Amino acid sequence: MAEIEEEDFMYDYEESDDEEDEDEEGDFVSDGLLREDSVPSGSKLKAEWQTLSPDQLSKKMFEIVDDVNAVFQLPTPHVRILLTACKWDKEKLMERYYAGDQEALFREAHLIHPKKRNPNPVIVVRAQSTSTCGAAASSKQEYICDICMMSYSTDHMMGLECGHLFCRPCWNNYLTVMVMSQGRAQTLSCPATSCDIVVDEATVLELLTDGEVRKKYQYLITNSFVQDHPLLKWCPSPGCCNALLASNNVEHEPVSCSCGHSFCFKCSRDPHEPILCTYLSKWLKKCDDDSETSNWIHVNTKECPKCSATIEKNGGCNHMICCNNSCKAEFCWVCLGPWEPHGTSWYNCNRYNESDAKSARDAQMGSRAALERYLFYCNRYMNHLRSSKMEAKLYEMVHEKMKELQQLGMSWVEIQFMKKAVDVLCLCRQTLMYTYVFAYYLKKNNHMLIFEDNQSDLEIATELLSEYLEREITSVSLDQLKIQVQDKSKYCEARRKVLLEHVYEGYDQDFWDFTEL
Amino acid sequence: MGGASHAYKEMAFLKRLKKEYMELKKSPPPGVVLDDSVLENNITNWIIHISGAEGTLYSGEQFKLNIKFNDKYPFDSPQVTFIKPYLPVHPHVYSNGHICLSILDRDWSPALNVSSICLSILSMLSSCTQKVKPDDDSMYMRFAPSNPKKTTWVFHDDSV
Repeated sequence: MAEIEEEDFMYDYEESDDEEDEDEEGDFVSDGLLREDSVPSGSKLKAEWQTLSPDQLSKKMFEIVDDVNAVFQLPTPHVRILLTACKWDKEKLMERYYAGDQEALFREAHLIHPKKRNPNPVIVVRAQSTSTCGAAASSKQEYICDICMMSYSTDHMMGLECGHLFCRPCWNNYLTVMVMSQGRAQTLSCPATSCDIVVDEATVLELLTDGEVRKKYQYLITNSFVQDHPLLKWCPSPGCCNALLASNNVEHEPVSCSCGHSFCFKCSRDPHEPILCTYLSKWLKKCDDDSETSNWIHVNTKECPKCSATIEKNGGCNHMICCNNSCKAEFCWVCLGPWEPHGTSWYNCNRYNESDAKSARDAQMGSRAALERYLFYCNRYMNHLRSSKMEAKLYEMVHEKMKELQQLGMSWVEIQFMKKAVDVLCLCRQTLMYTYVFAYYLKKNNHMLIFEDNQSDLEIATELLSEYLEREITSVSLDQLKIQVQDKSKYCEARRKVLLEHVYEGYDQDFWDFTEL
Repeated sequence: MGGASHAYKEMAFLKRLKKEYMELKKSPPPGVVLDDSVLENNITNWIIHISGAEGTLYSGEQFKLNIKFNDKYPFDSPQVTFIKPYLPVHPHVYSNGHICLSILDRDWSPALNVSSICLSILSMLSSCTQKVKPDDDSMYMRFAPSNPKKTTWVFHDDSV
């Protein structure tokens, strides 16, 4: 498959970090071009995935349908609807079809059971249309369409297996409105009142004449296929129409689409190793909720030493009187000790180290420790987040440097190590950013100490690499620069791998203690 | 092609409305009277008088319904409201005349028509056992859009 090879080739950077062969392969000058043929190691159970273009996607859908249909021998559109009802789980459908209640299965899928199908629906309809709308269905095979209330001959009427007939123009209009203004495709039902029999794909495409509407309908069908199928995900990159198909349940590994975008298969966000999706959601919500607020509170307020009400000092002297009516404590803003001994020294406090003032501050410390802890991790997280937002700039800068190097006599192939180093740098920054989220939710234990060592090691190495990349080229000899950058980026990659493997080992062996969600 | 189908839609829309209008005028369901004085000017804005059925809580009362059609009718449901002050005190009728009725929203089908809407509303009134306003009436009044079709309705009570 040509696509897959191309994908491997393009995404080598992102993927390779988890792969064992990197280190053994000493040939570090090589970029994607040379490493194309490197074989992913089988050391870890890794999820594999492939990118599917919209065409391949519908092909895939029909493949699954055909697979099932080889056994069922039902009309293709019906099998697709049944599969949708079972979330595209072939085994589950087979089991329900053969071992379970078939009628319930068809009812759930809003289909008429093949055995209950009326062999000649038109006759039923005649009886129905005369009785319900009371209009004269003349003996000459003329029917009143319940939608436009005009009469037509039989061959202009159309109905599903439920037997409700409507004229073709009304069908077309009905489906157009449903598809275009309501975005319904998978759940399109017969227009008759409280009839929920689904309109199958073949019928819809037969009835719809407008190209735009047909296109949208087909898009909606494919979309629901991707959304219902547990192993399929749209590439979240704007403008990319590909979907990714995983071979087995993907846990936390990031995947990359052939358009160049990498993302977490589970939550579609940017890759966020090593933190799990649930904790990341919680973290992001927390950051949205209160990081700014708590920062402000932290910087601008103190708590009343008696009643712990949060107090903002907006002017005046250090003599504070708590506004809380049941408290009214008088204290010094600077040392938080009682005001009395301060006497008349309104604007400076020399009692900061007195025992009563100290104990008042200690009490406050406890209540702020949690906030401090959060801010500690949050600041570091934000720091890396800010750095990662500068990525584009960094690439630009390095690009300039690469040009400079070329002018100094290095060949294009030789200077690729620079770009490679930036890739590594960005990846390490991203990982580091999420290690702080991971650490925030972690309880102290021995493994956490190891983790923190790994983290600080990686952080120091990453910062050094960043420094090397920003350095003026003239300050060192070219060979030295190249060796330093290459060594450092290789080291960073290795450290990142060690850190992630340790975290995953912990997930597997359950040695991480998380604070409750 | 687009123009032709548009013309067809326009024609079918008016044709159906006229047909429904004639039908409703000729043989209206019991308790339903079409107010044709308003209709002269605008066929897409109807007013219908409804009388509470005998033997129900609303017996002897008169209500007014306003039905507005958009050009997607009958594929899109019409906008149906009671006209103040001719509105019933009913757990599914809000003080601004909005009606919480599933066939006007989620369960609309193009095979339904004005006559079936009126019948549904009459039956909704008839099966009522207690004349009370909706629980969330005052809340809804504060935030309600003018068009009830813009409200996200939750249909949880099938008994009335």
